[in-house]
Amino acid sequence: MKELLLIVAIAGERVALPAAAVESVVELDTLIPVPRAAPHVAGLSALRSRVLTVIDCMRSLELGTTDCSDGIREAAVVELDGHHYALIVDLVEDVVEALSEPAPIRAAMGTGWERVSQGMVETEEGPLLLIDVAALIAGAEAKVAA
Amino acid sequence: MDDLIADFVAECREMLEALGGEIVAWEAQPEDRARLDSIFRFVHTVKGNCGFFEFPRLEALSHAAEDALADCRAGRRVPDGALVSAVLAVIDRISELIAAIDAGENMPAGDDNHLIDALAHGAESVAVPVLVAGDAATKASVAPRTIRLSVELLDRVMSTVSDMVLARNELARRLRESETDVPVGGAFERLSSIIAEMRDAITRTRMQRIENLFVGLPRMVRDLSAELGKQVLVDIEGGDVELDREMIEMIRDPLTHIIRNAVDHGIEKPAERLSAGKREIGVLSVSARQSGNQILIDIHDDGRGIDGRKLVEKAIASGVISKEDAALLTSREQLALIFEAGLSTAKEVTAISGRGVGMDVVRSNVERIGGIVEVDSRPGEGTRMTLRVPLTLTIIPALSVSIGNQHFAIPRSAIEEIVRANGESVRLEHLGGAGVATIRGRRVPEVSLASILGLESNVAEKDRTLVVLRPAGGDVYALSVDRIHDHEELVVKPAAPAVMATGLYAGTTLADDGSPILLFDPAGIAEVGGVRLEALDRSARIAEDSTGVVSKATPVLLFRGLDGGRRALRLAVVDRIEEVHGAAINDTAGQLRVQVGEAILPLAGATATDIPDGKVRLFRLNDGVHEIGYAFAEVLDFATIEHDVIHAERPGEISGVSLINNEPAELVDAHWLFSNHVGAAARKPEQRVCLVPVWDPWMQNMLRPLVEAAGYRVIDDPEEETADLVIASLGEEVPEDSGGKTIWLRSEPEASGKKDQSVYRYDRAGLLMALKSTGGGKAK
Repeated sequence: MKELLLIVAIAGERVALPAAAVESVVELDTLIPVPRAAPHVAGLSALRSRVLTVIDCMRSLELGTTDCSDGIREAAVVELDGHHYALIVDLVEDVVEALSEPAPIRAAMGTGWERVSQGMVETEEGPLLLIDVAALIAGAEAKVAA
Repeated sequence: MDDLIADFVAECREMLEALGGEIVAWEAQPEDRARLDSIFRFVHTVKGNCGFFEFPRLEALSHAAEDALADCRAGRRVPDGALVSAVLAVIDRISELIAAIDAGENMPAGDDNHLIDALAHGAESVAVPVLVAGDAATKASVAPRTIRLSVELLDRVMSTVSDMVLARNELARRLRESETDVPVGGAFERLSSIIAEMRDAITRTRMQRIENLFVGLPRMVRDLSAELGKQVLVDIEGGDVELDREMIEMIRDPLTHIIRNAVDHGIEKPAERLSAGKREIGVLSVSARQSGNQILIDIHDDGRGIDGRKLVEKAIASGVISKEDAALLTSREQLALIFEAGLSTAKEVTAISGRGVGMDVVRSNVERIGGIVEVDSRPGEGTRMTLRVPLTLTIIPALSVSIGNQHFAIPRSAIEEIVRANGESVRLEHLGGAGVATIRGRRVPEVSLASILGLESNVAEKDRTLVVLRPAGGDVYALSVDRIHDHEELVVKPAAPAVMATGLYAGTTLADDGSPILLFDPAGIAEVGGVRLEALDRSARIAEDSTGVVSKATPVLLFRGLDGGRRALRLAVVDRIEEVHGAAINDTAGQLRVQVGEAILPLAGATATDIPDGKVRLFRLNDGVHEIGYAFAEVLDFATIEHDVIHAERPGEISGVSLINNEPAELVDAHWLFSNHVGAAARKPEQRVCLVPVWDPWMQNMLRPLVEAAGYRVIDDPEEETADLVIASLGEEVPEDSGGKTIWLRSEPEASGKKDQSVYRYDRAGLLMALKSTGGGKAK
């Protein structure tokens, strides 16, 4: 059984999320900020009657802040330990099949990418970086704490 | 096959749970055929099933028990203590084995022969035919029609219903915006009410009878008392009270601990009891009842009670409190020391309780779920522990506030009062950057929500509103917010770890328009805001801290009524102040009513003619069960009644007149208001002494003026002098030596039976009758 991957763009780079982890792709409009929360927590939003904790992936990767002021943003909804998160991405592209097991990338990546990397997977569209969703949600602070 | 085994395990579990109480009852009354039958049915079922599944150990055990019980059923054998214990041991082993099967382990190896032999032991005694007395009365316990559902499914239904409510709200908005014709509106109304009903029903599915928690108690107490050489009778009441499923799990451990303590430390050994002039069998009663949106669980034993002085000595010795502080404690506060860490009056640690898990853990567990534990005890007579827990974990009454344009919610339970920063009796000062608010002479630390959250506030400091908060177990502080909004019942869900990490929030919730709202944790805000909370404010720990106990200084709220009259209301009965539009007040069903949010409250303080067109401000009065509104023109001041009260000649809305701030003011009789607007109406009432419980704010604030108006002098300390009359809520303890009569009050309008001599608390005529006749009784 080949693993399915969801190709998304974060900070202009095409990366892969394990499709099994992604419940849905939504467009976020309202965003309620959470004062004093970690900077990569962009806020809260509601999907039907569920509260989504919105994660700014760019911020989590320490690559800048996504501008949320212009309204609708695309986001991938994932569930982790019973909580639902919306990961803000630039663009959701496609679902592809993984053609290989993740392999370590031996070249140096940016620190943010390094933290969330699960390795490189081969796909029909070429090699993609496979993202560890939990690490993405934990953000930069968790690394410091650990 | 696995499914079949899972079903078998589930069925056995269910039967085992129900059986716990049955076996103990059977032991007490071995001739009770119905109990015998149900135990027999259980072992029979197990035997039948495990033969099919090839569980030889289970089969041998259940077969042996079935044989022994079959003999009893056929009258060939008389069940005795030895047999009951042997059957119990077998059933215990069966449940162990079932647990192992459930966990998917291999059948543990072991020898059950001694258990099986124990069953046969009594068989040697001569079989005496037994007359089964209760045979005709045997009622087959009819199992309720139930099905098993997974909790996930229920949660899914619940969230779908929530979605539906949100969709309805949106539809309602759209309908309001567009012109719609009447039939559409009517159909929508009907849909609305169906959805509301459905939400209620779904919420109920999460509720479970507290029986599930109580069913294991008789067995536990039996084992425990047998081990300790004591005799204890368990009396359980109120098993049909319903509680949120999760809540039941949360109170299981605290309840178990309290009961273990009661049997271990409370109830004496039979010889000791006899020499103390008690029956050798101790009575442990456990009862549950619902009171408003709380469940009260009473655990009462008639054991040796708790010696408050010993507790104090111990607390001083272990450094929990200082001698000076200790001298100031009231007897209730002395008893409350039992909840401090590291205190146990038991001289030695026994195997049963005192295993390092103290009452402090019990208290913190109960407080964590928003509950309260209270203790009351009389040395030599017994101890009563009361657990008060909210009905459900998930629905919390909250106040919504805002900073800038973002809304937040604060749990109602922590809010002490709400004042305006520019109010007359409020002063805000800054000392070295720290905010200090002086509210009616009391200084409390003040923190600004805007600065804690790092948000911009466009409201000047003096125009903000101060919410005075008392986090569980802590000291008060004032939180300044831009604006306060509605009181709402919120369905709270846990927030993601990243949000919880801030320490400020207790959870998230959705507003009616579907947008998320963060619920604050008052203790967390204080911590982040740098407010030092006095860790041990003991009197604050005691629930329902009595206010206005000292009759010469009752705090009142001075206001001007709609008709211009200068009036005063006891502060404690005022829940909050609301502002409504004049149109929200209607003369319906025989009296004025006001709509506040989704609630319709009876309205007092106004007549249909003097309702102004614009905004009307009203007090929301609360007696713990009912609410009524009281319209007024303006709040004048907070004051205390320091002068004598001249009582009114006839009962009415005004109970008397007194000088407040050197001008006369009419005192509004809250009891009259409630009895006239909520309960049955009636009227008519010499100097006698009446004891009114000091811990009951309803009694102090509502009933006390009535009793005083009837010519009684009210005392609240039984030690002070002998009372002619004692007033108590049904189910409470009264001092034995009170000498006089007792009036029992109940909170339901209907008496529970012919023997019930209690009076409904808003039955004003009944109360006055009782007060009067008791007066007559004294005279002869």
